[in-house]
Amino acid sequence: MPTVAIPSLLRNLTSGEESITVPGTTIREVIDNLEDRYPGLKARLCEGDRIKPGIAIYVNGLLTRGSILERVDAEAEIHFLPAIGGGRSAPR
Amino acid sequence: MARKSHVQTTINGETVEFLCEPRQSLLEVLRDELHLTGAKEGCNNGNCGACSVILDGRLVNSCLVLGVETEGKSVETIEGLAAPDKLHPIQDAFLENAALQCGICTPGFIMSAKALLDQNPNPTEHEVRYWLAGNLCRCTGYDKIVRAVLDAAAAD
Amino acid sequence: MLENKDYKVIGTRPIRHDGVDKVTGRALYGADFHAAGLLHGRVLRSPHAHAKIIAIDTSRAEALPGVKAVVTAKDLPDAGDKVADLGEGAVNLKHLCDNILASDKVLYKGHAVAAVAATNPHVAEEACTLIDVEYEVLPPVLEVRQAMEPDAPLLHEHLRTTSLGETAAEPSNVASHIQHKLGDPEKGFAAADIIIEREFVTGTVHQGYIEPHNATAHYNADGQLTIWCSTQGAFTVREQVAEILQYPVSKIKVVPMEIGGGFGGKISVYIKPVAAMLAKKTGKPVKVLMNRAGVFEGTGPTPASFIRVKMGATKEGQLTAAQGYLAFEAGAYPGSPVGPGAMCIFAPYSIENVIIDGYDVVVNKPKTAPYRAPGAPNVAFGSETVLDEIAEKLGIDPLEIRLLNGAKAGDRRADGPVHPRIGFIETVEAAKAHPHYTAPNGKKHHGRGVASGYWFNIGLESSVTINVNSDGTINLIEGSTDIGGTRASIAMQAAEVLGIPAESVNPSVVDTNSVGYTAVTGGSRTTYATGYAAYEAAQDVKQQMIARAAKLWEVDEANVQFADGEFSSINGKEEQISFRDLCARLGETGGPVVGSGTVNPGGAGGAYATHVVDVAVDEETGKVDILRYTAVQDAGRAIHPSYVEGQIQGGAVQGIGWALNEEYIYNAEGEMTNASFLDYRMPTCLDLPMIDAVIVEVPNPGHPYGVRGVGEVPIVPPMAAIANAIYDAIGVRMRELPMSPDRVLKALGKI
Repeated sequence: MPTVAIPSLLRNLTSGEESITVPGTTIREVIDNLEDRYPGLKARLCEGDRIKPGIAIYVNGLLTRGSILERVDAEAEIHFLPAIGGGRSAPR
Repeated sequence: MARKSHVQTTINGETVEFLCEPRQSLLEVLRDELHLTGAKEGCNNGNCGACSVILDGRLVNSCLVLGVETEGKSVETIEGLAAPDKLHPIQDAFLENAALQCGICTPGFIMSAKALLDQNPNPTEHEVRYWLAGNLCRCTGYDKIVRAVLDAAAAD
Repeated sequence: MLENKDYKVIGTRPIRHDGVDKVTGRALYGADFHAAGLLHGRVLRSPHAHAKIIAIDTSRAEALPGVKAVVTAKDLPDAGDKVADLGEGAVNLKHLCDNILASDKVLYKGHAVAAVAATNPHVAEEACTLIDVEYEVLPPVLEVRQAMEPDAPLLHEHLRTTSLGETAAEPSNVASHIQHKLGDPEKGFAAADIIIEREFVTGTVHQGYIEPHNATAHYNADGQLTIWCSTQGAFTVREQVAEILQYPVSKIKVVPMEIGGGFGGKISVYIKPVAAMLAKKTGKPVKVLMNRAGVFEGTGPTPASFIRVKMGATKEGQLTAAQGYLAFEAGAYPGSPVGPGAMCIFAPYSIENVIIDGYDVVVNKPKTAPYRAPGAPNVAFGSETVLDEIAEKLGIDPLEIRLLNGAKAGDRRADGPVHPRIGFIETVEAAKAHPHYTAPNGKKHHGRGVASGYWFNIGLESSVTINVNSDGTINLIEGSTDIGGTRASIAMQAAEVLGIPAESVNPSVVDTNSVGYTAVTGGSRTTYATGYAAYEAAQDVKQQMIARAAKLWEVDEANVQFADGEFSSINGKEEQISFRDLCARLGETGGPVVGSGTVNPGGAGGAYATHVVDVAVDEETGKVDILRYTAVQDAGRAIHPSYVEGQIQGGAVQGIGWALNEEYIYNAEGEMTNASFLDYRMPTCLDLPMIDAVIVEVPNPGHPYGVRGVGEVPIVPPMAAIANAIYDAIGVRMRELPMSPDRVLKALGKI
């Protein structure tokens, strides 16, 4: 199952858990399953059906396109980090 | 608006006539009236050298010279440096040394370097750095520019 | 995926494709654009750092002969509370619009308030002086710690601190708080034999590109808007203008002219929407040029910052814990690069216990913009001088302590992800082995310092199209602004695939109607990502050409191979044809060949640099001279080594300027008092020695040729390296930038 690293500012919602293993084959499924276990998490990460614009998703250390549709494999390590400004400009 | 003056001058060996307002700088005249846009405006107060041209053999910031002052004088700009089928040795040296990145300061540097080599064909590194200190480059750190000018001097 | 073989084109130093145009003055930059019937626009800027706009009366300006239009914020569509998603995080559209033309409040001296289009630039300037603006002046907030005080004047009454999706109840100048935490910092500091905690202050610094901002806009009668301008990204101009003017992207064409430097500063738009507004109102093409003072006062510099760094180590030099507190000035609107700063601060090292807090804070200065590795130089000034102090107190060589703690593949970064293959250790080893590091360094008031730096680099979207010509050359169409030789470095990657010389590629940077979406030239991404797209496009061409050869020889495609620019048939027929000769036979084998490649790669691979500097400090005047400078950097693979060296040298010198001279100097009213190239002192060639650029190549597994971005990381180490060298020279630790003569004398107790 994918492993999600919980950002320090969200650990109040996970009783301090830093790393959580949840089922899911896409970021959407992973977040929904996180939400089932830790209500409130999804609202911090998503706006409706999209990742909040200020948040970047890394899978296995690689920056993804930041979409909840991103597929993840069973060994994936997922990080939610502040999106980098620095001139990024992309259609979404 | 002030009335325009008629000015006759020589630019890159050709006699040129133009009309300009008394307040227009040589840089404005070159760029806006004559469409010689090789001289660039970086600061418009003589601190960056991007507008360097040679006026009667002297290196000047064209933003600090009035257009009307060029009456009867001779102006050399970057556009006049290369022969139709051959670059000037300084231009070749800039290309071979990768002495430009964005290129906005390049015409000014090349004109400054020409003015230096015209009067001192074999400058030391320090002399090159001293002479080019009126030209700002923000991309290269100057290393390759200084090498290009030294190479151009050696090639001549 | 990494191709490990000998290359024919990659690693060579061809003349850049746009070189002749740029040494002959023929290359056309934004300000060089001319159109018939052109009007000239100028912008009126606020004389106050913080004030309410009570009223604007444009009637006297409009009455001036030659004036064709005046615009103010009233001419912008109502932004409401819409959030513009430009991919940079949520950008409040009102903030975006207010930075173009202030509506209710001016938030910095130089803030644009109105603009004029006239038949002549001097008339436009004169008209600006005839616009009557009534202000109610407010007290300015000019420093980040002051802005964070609970009783500080508020810039935005509705701004509330967000912390990863959570918003505070009370308004504040603190726009956001971020945090990274790894391991148990308390435990880590408890295990340390030595703990050093220091505070650092860095000044506001400008990118200092030589070419001011420019834009010419024209509306056709059918509503098509065209903008000719210098920009780091034509597509981001299109997006921003579309958002600000609430106009469809399909009706906007942005034509990128040559660009005279950017370094991150030519991504945000300033006068481009203004030119469009004036063009719409007049029906004529309008060219707006900024002057140098406008560039300093009205465009984004990089933030001033306050940084506290605490690091602990065992007596053997092993780092046990690190803590960073980063408060960055965003300028007038939220959006400082505190995020990248927090990512980079301890990234050269493998430290098990880390906590980093970052704050994005608004102040009455121009909205900051990216500047070369935004955020990283600020933080490295702190962390790299604290590490130097630890090494010195423990009696360990500063490069040794970096080798001991240096991050490697598999180590976890403080912000979470694990490092891929990186080349930090290799840069330290190369610095240690360099003759500079072992040269004598004993003269009085001479000192040597070292420092390292990290920048993560980015990937993002790039598109390339290749059209094959009948003479064996290719036309390569790209959307990446060429700011420092990337036409060459991108063309060379396509040439390598097709086995043709770099000179057989004609690269063109084209407008937004003529190429697929391409993100900005920034984030050190262009040679990496657009080069990758060129590689993919060339692979596409190669496959199509294999099909043509198969058709020519009446064999199966699987029986055609391509190597070193030659197609040959295997299994049976002995046929061979060069790429060039096959190009002549496209018509008879199926018509034109067009290849395309689009990428959005995630594996940009981090870049590391380690610098060594020797300085001389004049104890009478406080002036610091750079005597020798060596900059080592992992480039992954240097496609065109000359331009890689150029990036390293240029970045190092910008860092030298930041370290020793450059800063915005403000008076109590919040007015920048040095808004010219005379008083904002950037390095000249007389201030510098040659910069020895040393390229280390640890290929990036995230690119077919191993490319890592090179543009940004060289600006990260210089400030700390120079501070450490000054300490070595005179025994004084400098913790405020710039380390200008007055500050050196103050540190020496002489003034």
